[in-house]
Amino acid sequence: MASYSTNEFKGGLKIMLDGDPCSIIENEFVKPGKGQAFNRVKIRNLKTGRVIERTFKSGDSLEAADVIEIDLQYLYNDGEFWHFMHPDTFEQYQADEKALGDSVKWLKDQDFCTVTLWNGSPISITPPNFVILTITETDPGLKGDTSGGGGKPATLETGAVVRVPLFVQTGDVIKVDTRSGEYVSRAKEE
Amino acid sequence: MTASWQPSASARMLRARAKLLAGIRDYFAQTGVLEVETPVCSFFGTTDPAIASLSTPYQDRSQPTGERLYLHTSPEFAMKRLLASGLGSIYQICKVFRDNESGRLHNPEFSLLEWYRVGYDHHQLMSDVAALVLSLLDQSREVEKLSYAEVFGRYLSLDPHSATPGQLRECALDHQLPITADFQLPDRDAWLDLLMSHSIEPELGKDGLCFIYDYPASQSSLAQIRAGDPPIAERFELYMDGIELANGFHELTDAAEQEQRFHKDLEKRRENGLPAIPMDYNLIAALRQGMPACAGVALGIDRLLMRLTGARHINEVLAFPIDRA
Repeated sequence: MASYSTNEFKGGLKIMLDGDPCSIIENEFVKPGKGQAFNRVKIRNLKTGRVIERTFKSGDSLEAADVIEIDLQYLYNDGEFWHFMHPDTFEQYQADEKALGDSVKWLKDQDFCTVTLWNGSPISITPPNFVILTITETDPGLKGDTSGGGGKPATLETGAVVRVPLFVQTGDVIKVDTRSGEYVSRAKEE
Repeated sequence: MTASWQPSASARMLRARAKLLAGIRDYFAQTGVLEVETPVCSFFGTTDPAIASLSTPYQDRSQPTGERLYLHTSPEFAMKRLLASGLGSIYQICKVFRDNESGRLHNPEFSLLEWYRVGYDHHQLMSDVAALVLSLLDQSREVEKLSYAEVFGRYLSLDPHSATPGQLRECALDHQLPITADFQLPDRDAWLDLLMSHSIEPELGKDGLCFIYDYPASQSSLAQIRAGDPPIAERFELYMDGIELANGFHELTDAAEQEQRFHKDLEKRRENGLPAIPMDYNLIAALRQGMPACAGVALGIDRLLMRLTGARHINEVLAFPIDRA
């Protein structure tokens, strides 16, 4: 497997650290005018999402991680695994609960997700920034209220719960920002 | 490489740079220090194992097989030859080059102000550095002077002159530096550098100028060593807002000692698998002939400009940093 020396470090580089695939977020070169040089690096563990800091002696090297990100279409859940497919090659991938994490509550059949593969297997799933989902349950709101002030919880077809304006009703289709988990607008079913 | 022809520094920043250079020249004109120029390319280079030189092939009629020229990493050696020639106190503003240095505070080509004051020791030169920097600032700032031992005592409760590498490692782990338990460094000085850069530097010069002086003899570089227990290198650094701006010495004038230090550097280079660099025999010869007692300092102009303008990254103060060079 290839390795990277500290002078190749930059944001986005995928490396192995403590046995886990990681991505470099930030690399700061620290060097006294006369003396030992260091790289102070902020690193995201791609399996857990946790961010850690680590200092390396400049010139040290780390094993490269075989990590790629691809867009895959979500197909179905078989009770244990979530199945995705590459739209061109039709190759299928299965992701477990750990890889899904919180993303599971936004997953709808046919939607495209960004899937991070480590050694060919999914380790994390990022849903689309915006998803269109149907409301399966919400308290009836007051008629005529279109201000959107206040709001109420609504359960969506995927199980996610978001706050929606009072005028939004069960059966409505809405657009949600998955990064913040916030209601954006009502939408037309696609 | 994608084309990016525009400067990375704003026009305001480039004007601030011109003003800074004018301010520096004004200070030295008023205090009677002579501006000089010395060669960028030399047949000799720095032997310092911590500094990597850029070099270029060179050919002319007298060198038909080709020679290697080293781009200077500081104008120190040539300026010391001028001092030995009896020119008196001198300064230079020039571009210097260091391979493998690039980051928020580093660019492989950068601007250095280097000056020497004949008859000064490192304490007198610190006062001179403070006077220059204060003359360039809009408001007055505090000036603090602390010894290397004092800052290690204050921030880490540790004696940097006597601590063993094992104690330094323990201290680093106790202070939760982001290293693993099996982290390796080549020697005691590297451990001191780790602690200095991670736990001390960020605290230095928060309210103004902070000078650190009297370094371990093992970090003497080209400074005089004051005999004693422990022996002390008469060297200093200037920090502002946690950033190292300048490094100065009460200069070593002993030719034999200088030659010995070059040999030691080269030995360390061999041990660490670094390229051998031809040592500057012209400097040795000049010292043998006699260089006046003096103190000298190198100050990073780009970093000073960053401090003056509040820039966060060196690219903000350079017209064309390395990725646009």
